[in-house]
Amino acid sequence: MAVLTDREKTMMKQETQNAEETPKRVVYNTKDLNLWYGEGHALKNINLAINENEVTAIIGPSGCGKSTYIKTLNRMVELVPTVRISGEILYRERNILDKNFKVEDLRTRVGMVFQKPNPFPKSIYENIAYGPKIHGIRSKKILDEIVEKSLRGAAIWDEVKDRLNQNAYGLSGGQQQRLCIARCLAIEPDVILMDEPTSALDPISTLKVEELVQEMKKDYSIIIVTHNMQQAARISDKTAFFLNGEVIEFANTDKIFSNPSDKRTEDYITGRFG
Amino acid sequence: MKYIDAAQVQKKMGSRLFANNLAKTLFFLATLFGLLVLAVLIYRVLADGLGSLNMGFLTNRLSTDPERAGIMGAILGTLWLMLVVAPVTMILGVGTAIYLEEYAKKGRLQSFIQTNISNLAGVPSVVFGILGLTIFARALDLGSIVLAGGLTMALLVLPVVVVASQEAIRSVPQFLREASYGMGATKWQTVKNVVLPASIPGILTGVILALSRAIGETAPLVVLGIPALLIPLPEGIFDRFTILPVQIYYWTLDSALVAEYANLAAATIVILLIVLFAMNSIAIIIRNKFQKRF
Repeated sequence: MAVLTDREKTMMKQETQNAEETPKRVVYNTKDLNLWYGEGHALKNINLAINENEVTAIIGPSGCGKSTYIKTLNRMVELVPTVRISGEILYRERNILDKNFKVEDLRTRVGMVFQKPNPFPKSIYENIAYGPKIHGIRSKKILDEIVEKSLRGAAIWDEVKDRLNQNAYGLSGGQQQRLCIARCLAIEPDVILMDEPTSALDPISTLKVEELVQEMKKDYSIIIVTHNMQQAARISDKTAFFLNGEVIEFANTDKIFSNPSDKRTEDYITGRFG
Repeated sequence: MKYIDAAQVQKKMGSRLFANNLAKTLFFLATLFGLLVLAVLIYRVLADGLGSLNMGFLTNRLSTDPERAGIMGAILGTLWLMLVVAPVTMILGVGTAIYLEEYAKKGRLQSFIQTNISNLAGVPSVVFGILGLTIFARALDLGSIVLAGGLTMALLVLPVVVVASQEAIRSVPQFLREASYGMGATKWQTVKNVVLPASIPGILTGVILALSRAIGETAPLVVLGIPALLIPLPEGIFDRFTILPVQIYYWTLDSALVAEYANLAAATIVILLIVLFAMNSIAIIIRNKFQKRF
């Protein structure tokens, strides 16, 4: 632990560009990413290197492109018909924007948790088993194991283990969101993208999800978009500040919140706009 | 200085309230008119038809003798026809709806197809009869058998099924699709496992309503050449056949010759109305049972 803390201290002093030289491996490397919705230029020359087994927070005011960016990382953004993308996003050194990269493959490695809990109108069990099933797992025994492991991983097993066959819509909003996290874990992803996962939750549920995120970073790389700056400060290792489609600042969370190098970052985190 | 003068308001109050009541009365009368006509219609039909309605009427074959004539043939013909119409409209209609909603790029072609489906719904049914006669009965040389009639009817009600299924598919929230895509599901897996299960009630409602329209249609089959007097019972989809509304049509036509035929027609209308009422009830039950799940 002590070594890690030291390493983090040295990392704090380094500039953004040097982040990828730290011993941690880069999971997502975005190079000169530009994205347009029709004529609207939503993302402008994004360059970000995101490390594995870290929590990376993306903050910024509404419409700054943070959700667009995270949806580009698993190409969900392509569901918008008018979207155009240029640049490169290297996931484990392979360009995911390359047309040969199958989105189904990408999304099996990169899970996503959405803003609003979106369980299927199926039983709790079927919700978790959905991912493994579409990837071809048929054995009831294996599915049972995955369901239990995933629900435990999302710290919701004890609450639902006696009602796995009940409809997921009977759960509270906070439980539904943890169920969605469990559903995401069931595909055994490498990266988990979270798009404002607690914005529809009450404070106690939010706290549970935050604790869960801290717990999960041991095994997963997590990228979380949040409107809540305290949340970013509490749970993330690195923070990127987006404004009008540009990355204004990307650095260790401690630095962003204690000593931001850009005036706009400072104005935003001190609540002067946004 | 107030702009609204209380004395003026008092003065106008009477006429305002009168107009208010007048509007209410007019709208009520408009509703009553339709209800009255329906009541008279049902009364007339029941008065003319109940006398002829008995087990024999349901189970007998057709005959020129009003005493012995029955509608077993027409009932079987209707069932066989539905057996062709239901699967054909389901497969073509739901398939088209899925393609338009889930696969087709939103653009010119898609809106062109969409417009034409709406136009198709407005084409008079007799035109479909002519189409059926030309293509199925003549060009494919099927003759006026159940298969030809069923395909014609299926084309006729197809737009209804397409539009209803499209609405059902569209009402499935986008976030459910995103959840599925987000786990690496393909489009087909998403459609099969998420979109269709969630939209099946709406689709079924549309299909049943379409079938009840097909059951009541006369014109296309008259054009197709359904015989006025067909005594053998249809035993499959390759047999010649008649259906309830066509039977009603021919009996009404011939009631100038034999007065009792009018009563037989009325009795057949009673049966047809019961069938339609039952089908619409099923549609409503399905709709209510699965409503508002999201």
